[in-house]
Amino acid sequence: MPSPQLSPPPGQGGAATLAAFADVTASDSTLRRFLHGLPGVDAVGLEARAASLGTRSIKTTAKAYAIDLAISMIDLTTLEGADTPGKVRALAGKAVNPDPTDRTTPRTAAVCVYPDMVEAAKAALGGSGVKVASVATAFPAGRAALDVKLADTRDAVAAGADEIDMVIDRGAFLAGHYLKVYEEIRAVKEASGAARLKVIFETGELSTYDNIRRASWLGMIAGADFIKTSTGKVAVNATPANTLLMLEAVRDFRAQTGVQVGVKPAGGIRSTKDAVKFLVLVNETAGQDWLDNHWFRFGASSLLNDLLMQRQKLATGRYSGPDYVTVD
Amino acid sequence: MSESSRLSVLKTYKLYVGGKFPRSESGRVYEVADAKDTWLANVPLSSRKDARDAVVAARKAFGGWSGATAYNRGQVLYRVAEMLEGRKGQFAREVAQAEGLSTSEAALVVEAAVDRWVWYAGWTDKIAQVVGGANPVAGPYFNLSTPEPTGVVAVLAPQESSFLGLVSVIAPVIATGNTAVVVASERAPLPALSLGEVLATSDLPGGVVNVLSGKAAELGVPLAAHQDVNAIDLTGADPELARELEIAAADNLKRVLRPQDVRDTEEAGPDFAADPGLTRLTAFLETKTVWHPTGSLGASGSAY
Amino acid sequence: MASAFDTASAFAYAPAPESRSVVDIAPSYGLFIDGEFTEAAGGKVFKTVSPSTEEVLSEVAQAGAEDVDRAVAAARRAFGKWSALPGAERAKYLFRIARIIQERSRELAVLETLDNGKPIKETRDADLPLVAAHFFYYAGWADKLDHAGYGRDPRPLGVAGQVIPWNFPLLMLAWKIAPALAAGNTVVLKPAETTPLSALFFADICRQAGLPRGVVNILPGYGDAGAALVAHEGVDKVAFTGSTAVGKAIARQVAGTRKKVTLELGGKGANIVFDDAPIDQAVEGIVTGIFFNQGQVCCAGSRLLVQESIQDELLDALKRRLSTMRLGDPLDKNTDIGAINSAEQLARITALADTGEAEGAERWSPECELPSAGYWFAPTLFTGVTQAHTIARDEIFGPVLSVLSFRTPDEAVAKANNSQYGLSAGIWTEKGSRILAVANKLRAGVVWANTFNKFDPTSPFGGYKESGFGREGGRHGLEAYLDV
Repeated sequence: MPSPQLSPPPGQGGAATLAAFADVTASDSTLRRFLHGLPGVDAVGLEARAASLGTRSIKTTAKAYAIDLAISMIDLTTLEGADTPGKVRALAGKAVNPDPTDRTTPRTAAVCVYPDMVEAAKAALGGSGVKVASVATAFPAGRAALDVKLADTRDAVAAGADEIDMVIDRGAFLAGHYLKVYEEIRAVKEASGAARLKVIFETGELSTYDNIRRASWLGMIAGADFIKTSTGKVAVNATPANTLLMLEAVRDFRAQTGVQVGVKPAGGIRSTKDAVKFLVLVNETAGQDWLDNHWFRFGASSLLNDLLMQRQKLATGRYSGPDYVTVD
Repeated sequence: MSESSRLSVLKTYKLYVGGKFPRSESGRVYEVADAKDTWLANVPLSSRKDARDAVVAARKAFGGWSGATAYNRGQVLYRVAEMLEGRKGQFAREVAQAEGLSTSEAALVVEAAVDRWVWYAGWTDKIAQVVGGANPVAGPYFNLSTPEPTGVVAVLAPQESSFLGLVSVIAPVIATGNTAVVVASERAPLPALSLGEVLATSDLPGGVVNVLSGKAAELGVPLAAHQDVNAIDLTGADPELARELEIAAADNLKRVLRPQDVRDTEEAGPDFAADPGLTRLTAFLETKTVWHPTGSLGASGSAY
Repeated sequence: MASAFDTASAFAYAPAPESRSVVDIAPSYGLFIDGEFTEAAGGKVFKTVSPSTEEVLSEVAQAGAEDVDRAVAAARRAFGKWSALPGAERAKYLFRIARIIQERSRELAVLETLDNGKPIKETRDADLPLVAAHFFYYAGWADKLDHAGYGRDPRPLGVAGQVIPWNFPLLMLAWKIAPALAAGNTVVLKPAETTPLSALFFADICRQAGLPRGVVNILPGYGDAGAALVAHEGVDKVAFTGSTAVGKAIARQVAGTRKKVTLELGGKGANIVFDDAPIDQAVEGIVTGIFFNQGQVCCAGSRLLVQESIQDELLDALKRRLSTMRLGDPLDKNTDIGAINSAEQLARITALADTGEAEGAERWSPECELPSAGYWFAPTLFTGVTQAHTIARDEIFGPVLSVLSFRTPDEAVAKANNSQYGLSAGIWTEKGSRILAVANKLRAGVVWANTFNKFDPTSPFGGYKESGFGREGGRHGLEAYLDV
């Protein structure tokens, strides 16, 4: 799939964006005026639109396409206190070779781990092309001094992370200290170097759709390469509605600035049916330019096995079972 | 010269249009006599153009009157009752002459008419709660129905009941915020024309009620066909005229209150002494229903 | 069948047709009079076709004046017993009907899509659920009429003559029949000539529910049958949904009688978008407002009034959104825009759209391939429209949106109200006080604020001015069928 030409090379886009929004980011109050001047979101209308797109019926060839696309978009994730190099190696093996019975199965986009597991992941993935994403910035709460967050980020990058998944300071955001959130994202972006930066809003904690739209723009003007719904560690994570809203944000941002930003819903997406609904949202909101794992990801773990079972069903015509996919 | 031989001052009866008391633009008058056929007065024989002017006045008054608070409209209607109470004697004389009643019988009729104003004065701020309300729709929406006035209502006042009937057809129309062009009883228009004088001194904005005297047929036809009239009350029309006017009213789909809608049989006229019920009050109301999403307090309530 | 969107995208949705086998359409149908299917007295029949393919679906008996006589007589005979039934018993019949509709909803949705041409997505998710809900709602009123605010023991009117349109065949039937039966009336209903089938299936549902003979009579036919029904001396109540021209003819026809009339007629709804609107939801509301049911909706938001300061931005967003709409096979679950109901209606839409162009408005449609058979019209926008344009005043009753601009709330209200119609309006703004102020000034029976085209059996629906009179739905809807 051809990559869209609209996106400037890494680094350059960020600089241009920063310049374009210099007036907006001059102070807390200018930033507030800008963010609060974004169009409001009617919750019922947004959810109704997401639900309506959820009724699309994706069958046969379209379903096969969607399943493979979804597999290729997964950031296969383990973020547990009990993670070990062995667990991470197993996950990496699955990312590279999701279905041992069918080598035509696409690889996942990345594995996503804590910073101290990046080295193990990197070693296991080798030259497979599967990226290593690392959460950072005192994930998931983000409650640490900026120095600590930056050190966390630098550690992950130094260990070979291709992508950094940072969390924003929700406390600062909810307290209205938008400039603090902005500057922190910029600092992490700088610390990330060549790694692509995903900015996690923890939408469940931001609570309102208006906040999610504001956070999306705040993240994008600060130089996010991806905006991401959630950590997977709170009660409400990715939903069709909040993902639809973020897709509208990246669509509008590109229309205004020419800079394309990716979207990553994370947490709670477990079935093929759900994943396909999200792809329909992408298709009919941001459009086909985002139907590529460079621009859209699923933060998930158990989703992969359901996609694999559905893939086997499409290939063989019979329903598969958990014994026919690997447990990692 | 003895007092009884004093030559009385006769009143020149005029129309009541837009808060003023014009003569008919046509310059025409006709003779009004009492029940024993004794001459009482010459009154304006209104023309089509008078009817048109009255519609213009009623339309002009509609925004302010319909936009006034229901409490304010109630106060004004009550003020009408107060003003009438003070002029009961005059109206009793006019009603007695018009309807061939004794003065004491006529006084009872006038008192009933005063009480009717009081009744409708109380309705102005209650009808919305009685006929409107919240609708429990199956979805995340706030949904409210409220009654609103239809607009300009042409009223053919009853021919027989020259005052109680007249008040009974005017008060419900304006209580809810409509404005009215009233065609008085052709044979007995004096109480109606005098009512104009009461309305003019009752804080009722000019144009809310406009009173024309003349022929129901001559005035009814242009009013029924008028595209800026929203509704018509045919109480004072005979069956043949009522049918003709109802057909004309269909041109812009006026709301029509037929004589037969408010009486039990074709023969008997409406009983204005009875409890009026809500028919006349609701006949010239529209129901507006407004929807708005309620939604949830936040995005966290939604999942797939 | 594919829209521009499909061909450009790698994520092309494969066809997902709803199965036609759930519905069994007989080669011919009779009139439904006194509980029996019967031929028309004159022996006439007419064909009903699928608007998306022009395939003949069935041949249907065509009612004439003599059949109207028979049906009204049957309804009159049934009236005494039906109206004398305890309300609770009438209620149970209506509850039965509501449940059977729910059981058979997929079948009825497919049938309606075949006969009407509207997308299965709409018949499945909007028409049928609302039909069942409407019967369920009015069922509950049947034994509570004493408490409806119309006095003690309000009486039914008698025989109701009901004439319904083709745009929501079964839903309009429900709007008419449910309150009529709940109040104790019996009915003779004439469905539209292009969409008779769902009403005939409803006749079968009445039989399954054990509804007494003659309580519901269905007379498929043309305008002459409708006129005969309206004029019939045995009819006590006339309910009509359709064009304003026919509505006026009915109002003249019943003049001087005691017949009670409710009319649900045309509209030219203004959908007003202020500069502080929730833009993405407003775009959805505009789309729903004018493209739901191919715009063949009396309350459609067919005039978009957009604040001049956001006009370009909004139109860009709207055009982008329209480019994702999928026009084609109505039975495909992914179809957003189905067929126009008839060749006649298509000709009317086409002529009015051509007038728009001839009068100088700028026409735009997304790239969109129309099927070769059937009746189709691409979603269409007209920009640069003023109040003086025909397409800003006349009801088009098709997927055609006229875009006008305004500068201030006052101007928006003045333009919105500047119409012979007064059925619906929309308001889009995040400012609560503006919603209330504008809603208060709009002369329209239904005002949707930050939403559009929402319907519910509890919510009164009906117009101001030449959009008709009377209300359907809610407690208000009972009044039309009671002697009050």
